[in-house]
Amino acid sequence: MANNEEILAGLAEIVNEETGLATEAVEMDKSFTEDLDIDSISMMTIVVNAEEKFGVRIPDEEVKNLKTVGDAVSFIANAQA
Amino acid sequence: MARKVVITGLGATTPIGGDVPTMWKNALKGVSGAHTLEDDWVAKFELPVHFAARASTPALDVLTRVEAKRMDPSTQFAVVAAREAWADSGITEIDHDRLAVAFATGIGGVWTLLDAWDTLREKGPRRVLPMTVPMLMPNGPAAAVSLDLGARAGAHTPVSACASGTEAVHVGLDLIRAGKADVVVCGGAEAAIHPMPIAAFASMQALSRRNDDPEHASRPYDRDRDGFVMGEGAGALVLEAEEHALARGARIYAELAGTSVTADAYHITAPDPEGLGATRALKAAMFDGRIQPEDIVHVNAHATSTPVGDKPEYAALKAALGKHVDSVAVSATKSQMGHLLGASGAVEAVLTVMAIYDRKAPATINLENQDPEIPLDVVTTARDLPAGSIAALSNSFGFGGHNAVIAVRSV
Repeated sequence: MANNEEILAGLAEIVNEETGLATEAVEMDKSFTEDLDIDSISMMTIVVNAEEKFGVRIPDEEVKNLKTVGDAVSFIANAQA
Repeated sequence: MARKVVITGLGATTPIGGDVPTMWKNALKGVSGAHTLEDDWVAKFELPVHFAARASTPALDVLTRVEAKRMDPSTQFAVVAAREAWADSGITEIDHDRLAVAFATGIGGVWTLLDAWDTLREKGPRRVLPMTVPMLMPNGPAAAVSLDLGARAGAHTPVSACASGTEAVHVGLDLIRAGKADVVVCGGAEAAIHPMPIAAFASMQALSRRNDDPEHASRPYDRDRDGFVMGEGAGALVLEAEEHALARGARIYAELAGTSVTADAYHITAPDPEGLGATRALKAAMFDGRIQPEDIVHVNAHATSTPVGDKPEYAALKAALGKHVDSVAVSATKSQMGHLLGASGAVEAVLTVMAIYDRKAPATINLENQDPEIPLDVVTTARDLPAGSIAALSNSFGFGGHNAVIAVRSV
């Protein structure tokens, strides 16, 4: 079980690994597409890596609702709860 | 009259050098890029062959981690070589709609394909990466180079096994002559030093088994040759319409005078023992380039070091060059870097252009007892080529009966 801060840090590492973006750039209010310039293929890779890291399942139909980093953090936190 | 096409940029990443200057220096010196493989899969699968010629500079030393992540290793090599060739050409401004790519591979994204298969079986479909298909597709190298350079006049992928790299140069020449592009970045890339292709090539008895002495395993034309050595890497050339190159005051290495492609229609893997398809390819390339046998001073031979392959090439050279075959300096550069499969023709095109530009034929190593049935004038230590107008040929032959030849002339 991880708190939101830990989930954000873990997610930032995954985003950095996939895109090379600095972990500090991955903030709660940032949009994956608008702010972080992450395309759909990278997003799917991030999702699958997050599933493994946090031991959750993020259904494909849910991914389009994860517009911001904060959306993803909340989804993972709820899924873990 | 066809448009004249010249070569203005060169790039390579090979087992004997991660760029053209290093590769060329070593090719003249005569070094071996073959070494024992340290990978644990060699013992795990009890492979009958324990060595190969790896690229001397890993692609990850040149590309960023994030760039490399989306590319199969073959595409990584392609982008490394293409960037070098592009920078070397000195082109700073270009109409991107008039810039094309012709980049070949023999096998394609075999690492990506087989890694994805392992992932599917071990972890399930969810873990198969979304980039798998674009990474394994054979047009991956051409597409990546097109994307990297902004080449919008088409990105082509000739696939003809070990003739692929040479066929890419042939396609490049045609594109410029046909007026479909002014500049073409062409080449070939391969990254197949993976246990499955090694097992498969070994199974067909194509690979040398000289496990205790990898550096001396690739020995084209030697009496004791016993197969080829797997290599990896990429070669790239910038072809340019002569008027385009002259207008920007470019440094011109050589003229790509002529090219040709023929098919044996004889056997799926065995070369025609009389080399008839190769002979037609040699003659056609010389005809295409308006070159006479006596103009040819150097040949970069296909010469893979297999017992059956090296002989028909001699028959073809003799048939195409006539008595002049005795006075041609023949280099078998696979003796140094092994066989780069779909990249070999491109790397050897780069070496042939350097031979004409620098007027030196590179070394053939490991020739201790020349096969008496192949009495070619083999260059064992790098040799000066004559002054004046000279020309050279580079041959490539591939499984499937593919023959491809390019003819390069001094400017």
